[in-house]
Amino acid sequence: MLRRWIQIIATFLSNSYLLFPFTRNIYQGTLKSFCTPGLNCYSCPAATGACPLGALQNFMATLRPGLQTGYQHFGLYVIGTLGLLGSLAGRMPCGWLCPFGFLQELVHKIPSRKFEIPQFLTYVKYPLLALFIFLLPFFVADEFGYGTTWFCKFICPAGTLEAGIPMLFLKPELQALVGLLFYNKLFILGLFLLWMVYSRRPFCRVACPLGAIYSLFNKHSVFKMTRDPDKCTNCKACYNNCPMEVRFYESQNDIDCIRCLKCMNESCKFGAISYEITGFEESRDQGIKGKAVVRGQ
Amino acid sequence: MKIQEKRETPFLLIIFFLFLLLVGINAGEVSTVLETATRICLNCIGIG
Repeated sequence: MLRRWIQIIATFLSNSYLLFPFTRNIYQGTLKSFCTPGLNCYSCPAATGACPLGALQNFMATLRPGLQTGYQHFGLYVIGTLGLLGSLAGRMPCGWLCPFGFLQELVHKIPSRKFEIPQFLTYVKYPLLALFIFLLPFFVADEFGYGTTWFCKFICPAGTLEAGIPMLFLKPELQALVGLLFYNKLFILGLFLLWMVYSRRPFCRVACPLGAIYSLFNKHSVFKMTRDPDKCTNCKACYNNCPMEVRFYESQNDIDCIRCLKCMNESCKFGAISYEITGFEESRDQGIKGKAVVRGQ
Repeated sequence: MKIQEKRETPFLLIIFFLFLLLVGINAGEVSTVLETATRICLNCIGIG
């Protein structure tokens, strides 16, 4: 319950510019110097911070002309911010602070038959990160040497939902510019919205480059999950209740573990799951009381 | 609260990324992020 409240507050804080219906523009204050920890498009009319992925792509897209003119910005501010967050908590921002992750959990509550996502698909986010955030924005340039924000432009469903669609209502004159590019993005958004109903957090697990960055820190962050092999019975209650379908009993601090603590607080009846903060372990002597969690609930 | 073996890697990572962050700030990247994030990039959101 605490996590749900934090997700609500984080979503609101990331999108708390409520004057946009009157100004008919996005927020342009100094808070936008800071990167949000989750995926939240900065072209969203209510957004108060900068999307780290959008900022990173812009640095890559302008790096080549910058190198030629001596104006060298490598995006170290963004990389440093993400690296710091990752070093502290790994993928925890995905589970607690990301508005798009929160949306996926809500949509998944729609009653339906549920399906697992094949494991191999969870590695797709890494080539997406390398290609669409770094390589394509840097190497594919126009006649002036400028690249484009490939992930935002061609894929990001969060941008379509939070910025593309609202901007069409806020500025009706933009509707004349809608073309194949926008329909392609609408299709991708629709695909993920549908997938969210049937599978758990599909965008986070398959396609999110931000999650891919944070996941690299999961095994080496200050905050780590631990499992007591003496108490664990391999009952799979943790796996059945995990929003990322992590097999905790096999792989603690898995690349997809978002440290939501559902396994520890709501699943394990045997007190086998705990976390440690740089050597200081916080453990449960008792497991949760009550019935084992049934998959899909 | 049990005390386990201390890990050094997270602190080395924190120092490294804090260094990158400070280099970025010193290079003026904060204003670049602000400038980017306060413009509506139609191309970026699939319009235009």
